[in-house]
Amino acid sequence: MTFFTSWPVERADQQINMKQLLAFTKKEFYQVIRDKRTLLIMFGLPIVQIILFGFALTSEVKNVHLIISDNSKDVNTLQIINKIKASPYFSVDESVMGYADIEEAFKKGTVKSALIFPSDFGKDLVHSGKAQVQIIADGSDPNTAKTIVNYLTAIINDYQAQLSPAAGLTYKIIPETRMLYNEEGNGSLNFIPGVMALILMIVCTALTSVSVVKEKELGTMEILLVSPFKPFMVLISKAIPYLVLSIANFTVIILLSVYALDVEIKGSILLLFMESALFIITCLSLGLLISNVTASQQTALLISMMGLQIPTLIFTGFMFPLENMPWIFQAISKIIPAHWYYLIVKSVMLKGLGFEGVWKETLILIGMTTVLLSVALKNFKIRLS
Amino acid sequence: MNAVTLQNISKTYDKGKVLAVDDISFEVKEGELFGLIGPDGAGKTSIFRILTTLLLADKGEASVAGFDVIKDYQSIRNNVGYMPGKFSLYQDLTVVENLSFFATVFGTTIEANYELIKDIYDQIKPFSNRRAGKLSGGMKQKLALCCALIHKPLVLLLDEPTTGVDVVSRKEFWEMLKTLKKKGITILVSTPYMDEANLCERIALLQKGKIMSVDTPENIIKAFPYMLYGAKSDHIYKLLNDLRTAKQVESCYAFGEFLHVTLKEKQDDGKEILRVIAEQNGHSNIWIEEIKPGIEDSFILLSAEQD
Repeated sequence: MTFFTSWPVERADQQINMKQLLAFTKKEFYQVIRDKRTLLIMFGLPIVQIILFGFALTSEVKNVHLIISDNSKDVNTLQIINKIKASPYFSVDESVMGYADIEEAFKKGTVKSALIFPSDFGKDLVHSGKAQVQIIADGSDPNTAKTIVNYLTAIINDYQAQLSPAAGLTYKIIPETRMLYNEEGNGSLNFIPGVMALILMIVCTALTSVSVVKEKELGTMEILLVSPFKPFMVLISKAIPYLVLSIANFTVIILLSVYALDVEIKGSILLLFMESALFIITCLSLGLLISNVTASQQTALLISMMGLQIPTLIFTGFMFPLENMPWIFQAISKIIPAHWYYLIVKSVMLKGLGFEGVWKETLILIGMTTVLLSVALKNFKIRLS
Repeated sequence: MNAVTLQNISKTYDKGKVLAVDDISFEVKEGELFGLIGPDGAGKTSIFRILTTLLLADKGEASVAGFDVIKDYQSIRNNVGYMPGKFSLYQDLTVVENLSFFATVFGTTIEANYELIKDIYDQIKPFSNRRAGKLSGGMKQKLALCCALIHKPLVLLLDEPTTGVDVVSRKEFWEMLKTLKKKGITILVSTPYMDEANLCERIALLQKGKIMSVDTPENIIKAFPYMLYGAKSDHIYKLLNDLRTAKQVESCYAFGEFLHVTLKEKQDDGKEILRVIAEQNGHSNIWIEEIKPGIEDSFILLSAEQD
């Protein structure tokens, strides 16, 4: 008999839960929309950040992995290669690679630059005093790419000057540069994924944690706890409005990037949105976790800002190249969710890769989110203190 | 049946360093209006939080509406109305939005239990579209009470509902509690104001986490063992010191514009004895009368005995 009687009771319970969730979400929306300051932070921040980061930062490079494809194999190319090998900026890889292999290596991100000598480089140089060489650099990181190109050009020019007086002739080597993925060397391209990671991090983490802690401060959390509302539902209903707002926010950033900064989105927009939604959930979980351990809005804000924003800025890799960092910092960067999101956005947005190109990063992000969310839900106190 | 019971409840904070509630036991009968009277730091809020299942007691047992605070905590949460001391609603939501939000959270609607809150809600109805943050203190408390009542609770737990509220609103608030009591709701209310003790059916006097007395206000006053005198002169502060140093005087403390004085031994001419002391010390405009003790006199006496 109990089977028959318990079923409708359970159902009624679930209906109440849905209604409660809806009422709570509605309440959160009212609160956010009426709070002008929060709204300003939420939608003003992306605009300001994007404009600020428009001034790209210069970066130094060291030990760049350079692929040299020598199709001429003559005395001149050998001399140039030796010169490059002698410089501290490059670690040279003389593997024989075709153009297609090089392109593949670039896509994987294992190679940042390549130098290609055409098959008749030496012949041209000796006979007509004029030869061409191709430099390819990964333009999705334009600062590094430009530096690489400049160094290589300088070395070639140096060799050219060395050669000329000895033969009494003027030799001319013309480097033909090509930036892969970002032909014009558009600086905005590189920082947009970074700014996206940064903004989503701030908005989701700080605002969620503050809004939960605010309930504790106001004493409304006591009422919510002493109600039929299940404690973890409080967290869920807090997360929903911020998920929606963050996606709206993300759309604003994308529109700004495309129309104000002329960034072309190479990959699938849908994939980009899905990955971003995943990252937003990661940040929300982090925000809920922070709200569990803090008792005042100031502390929550401070932890979100100092504890998360700065590591995001440093370890994501969009401001300071991670390759130049000591191994310990590189290791730290691996546990920062924003780092993986940054890699995903770069691949999808700038390189036009599909899901098969970012599944590993996505999986790592999903793993991190699951851990954070379950810890947040498990730690949510059903009582005070 | 008792609506609320506490048996040997103790609670400490900071890993046992601060004793907030010290072996407290009392009962609130069904349908009773019961007052917890005590100054700040007496342990009132801790008791409320234990009863509302927000805190776990270190020792002892407690139940609300027949449910154990530990085992059946969810049942208690479904069946009590609670107004925490610092509860201030959602400031950025309007009166109606607050009320309907809490109604939904408690799985009901404003309409379903409108009868219960009607009298109270009518008073704030003209402001129903005003944000809660813009309401006066008294109106905020009325709205908070409506929110605590909206699901027709069996027991109403009110932690210092009249603190920080003007005198008129306080009086109105107590009238509302009386009306609710008539509707059969058990009410446990705390207050630091001694004058509000008389408005309860029974009270517990609380000091430093201990219960000093549980009884009706009348019985507590009746149990006051001394003859109490009110005294006044032109130099009230000097009179306080003079009386305190006199050997016949048991206790003397300031009470509004008067001094409340008790004598060590019961004397028929106590008034005269005090007058002589005052005159010997050169006071003018001396006024001394026998007066009836109040709850506060009992409270001060009991506190002194406790120390």
